[in-house]
Amino acid sequence: MALKKRNKEDVEIPSSSLADIAFLLLIFFLVATTIDVDKGLDLVLPPMKSEEVKINPKNITNLLINDEGNVLLDNKPVEVRDISDIIREKLQKNDKLIVSLKTTRGTKYEVYIKVLDQLKRAGATRISIAEPEET
Amino acid sequence: MAVKIQRKSELKIGIPTASMPDIIFQLLIFFMVTTVLRQYSGLKVELPDAKMVEKLPTKRHVSTIWVDEKGRVVIDDVTVKKLDELRLIAYNKLAQDPMLVISLKVDKKADMGTVTDVQQELRKANTLRINYSAIPAG
Repeated sequence: MALKKRNKEDVEIPSSSLADIAFLLLIFFLVATTIDVDKGLDLVLPPMKSEEVKINPKNITNLLINDEGNVLLDNKPVEVRDISDIIREKLQKNDKLIVSLKTTRGTKYEVYIKVLDQLKRAGATRISIAEPEET
Repeated sequence: MAVKIQRKSELKIGIPTASMPDIIFQLLIFFMVTTVLRQYSGLKVELPDAKMVEKLPTKRHVSTIWVDEKGRVVIDDVTVKKLDELRLIAYNKLAQDPMLVISLKVDKKADMGTVTDVQQELRKANTLRINYSAIPAG
């Protein structure tokens, strides 16, 4: 019997697991990539050497945050979460109110952002970051 | 003679899934290409939460400053060793792009001392528009 050679040898590499490998890689990338946070609280810093504009003390509210995260609003201790209501009331009485925010060097950034967030929730637009005291 | 034609349909023709790997590769290559668009890696920081967050107006006129909890400061691709350098760097960036907005990515545990110093340098450089990056919450 003449050995018939199969002229067409169709030997394919089994590609059934290609999809699995591709899925694995895809899931790896989906999980490993971090999407940059593009959102945040806007602020405009006060320009340097601004002429000391004499502002009527009635139109300023002073906020001071110390190292422990306690907040003094016009020298009265307040809770962070009450700030937005208090400021909103003050704004209703005086819409030209300027809020001056001062921190100490040991204040935690998280508290500062919480307070700033409260001010924005109250709708304060004239937020001024006070120059730190030279200690 | 009525012959009941019984068609045992053994031939179950399913949807051809032979092209699935191709589709998956497409998606994969898409992700591989679109997610490695970040130019600078910056520092690893844990951002605080805030509710009243606003989106940065554009992605182009933005320089990012990272401050981690140890007080290290990085602006775009430059590690700042002395804060005095920051003023010049920010000033040059502003000169190239007057519409510059600085995105501050500060770790929530960082001390305000470093942040205040950075802000002072930014004020000296006249780059006054800043945006404190925060995760939307609340």
